[in-house]
Amino acid sequence: MSTEDVLKSKFPDDALTFSQFRDNHRVVVPAAKLQAIFNCLKSDLGFDMLSEVTAVDYLEYEGATDRFGVVYVFINIATGERLVLKTFVNDPQPTLPSAYSLWKSADWLEREVFDMFGITFTGHPDLRRILTPDEFTAHPLRKDYPLKGRGERHNFPIVTRADS
Amino acid sequence: MAMKDVPDNIFMTTLDAAASWARANSLWPMPFATACCGIELMATASSRFDLARFGAEVMRFSPRQCDLMIVAGRVAMKMLPVLQRIWLQMPEPKWCISMGACACTGGVFDTYAVVQGVDRFIPVDLYVPGCPPRPEQLMAGIISLQDKIKHGGTLNGTEFARRDHSTGPIPFDKDELIRIREANEQLISLN
Repeated sequence: MSTEDVLKSKFPDDALTFSQFRDNHRVVVPAAKLQAIFNCLKSDLGFDMLSEVTAVDYLEYEGATDRFGVVYVFINIATGERLVLKTFVNDPQPTLPSAYSLWKSADWLEREVFDMFGITFTGHPDLRRILTPDEFTAHPLRKDYPLKGRGERHNFPIVTRADS
Repeated sequence: MAMKDVPDNIFMTTLDAAASWARANSLWPMPFATACCGIELMATASSRFDLARFGAEVMRFSPRQCDLMIVAGRVAMKMLPVLQRIWLQMPEPKWCISMGACACTGGVFDTYAVVQGVDRFIPVDLYVPGCPPRPEQLMAGIISLQDKIKHGGTLNGTEFARRDHSTGPIPFDKDELIRIREANEQLISLN
């Protein structure tokens, strides 16, 4: 039974959208069912590795109905099967359940998504910024954040030669 | 004492000149190498180009043992406090070379995360242009710095006391303020 059939039989009432591009098998799931689908992927389908978590900001994107798309890439190490899972969240307070309890690799991956997009993951043990400094306040990969920043890069004390 | 009374093996000079001569020919670089310029810096120090010919081959990774900081590569805003701290930890007298386009101006990385020139926040004595500069160019820079030390150096480092202004543009210069204003206007139009 393929991954698609298992997911369809386990979640018959939810509109899971499957698609395929070459070898990429993709599924779009509702955010409310994410935790249940995580459990199913880990225990029933044997996806024992979470290789990637990232996000897309669809602000100003033509035809988009949701603000953020969060993308997970799972690998079944025994069979080599890969699955790309996508879900959507919206302002204000975009929140998703953390995958940390099932896949430990979610730790830093979710911290990066939190840092860059401001999406919070409930149940994450240590949701801090990972790339930008702790005192940074913005989420730089959001489309409404200017490329050149809001002056953070110049907000430092000046050390002159006379005082050093 | 007339000059004719001085034996051949004694020569006279000023203390400043003697100290500067010694300092210029024994620069110990602190390699603050964060990007591809660091690779050229390593090439400069290795046998083909051999920085040892100019007395500057002793790279030390502890700031306490260095007197020449070579900032080679882009400096991210998270790295800048580290850079300033390392600079402050270096003992006097000390000099700084800003190597490559990114360290001098931010280069092509005009983004929120990259400092647009380290000379805005630490004093820089010499700029080496290039992306990245070839080892010959870095050596030319080090030789120029040696000239600078030999001709302006003093025993007590009094020439440094006058440099109480940043050598680069002020952090929020006119261009930067215009950029910030444009970014905010763009933001308002989005919302």
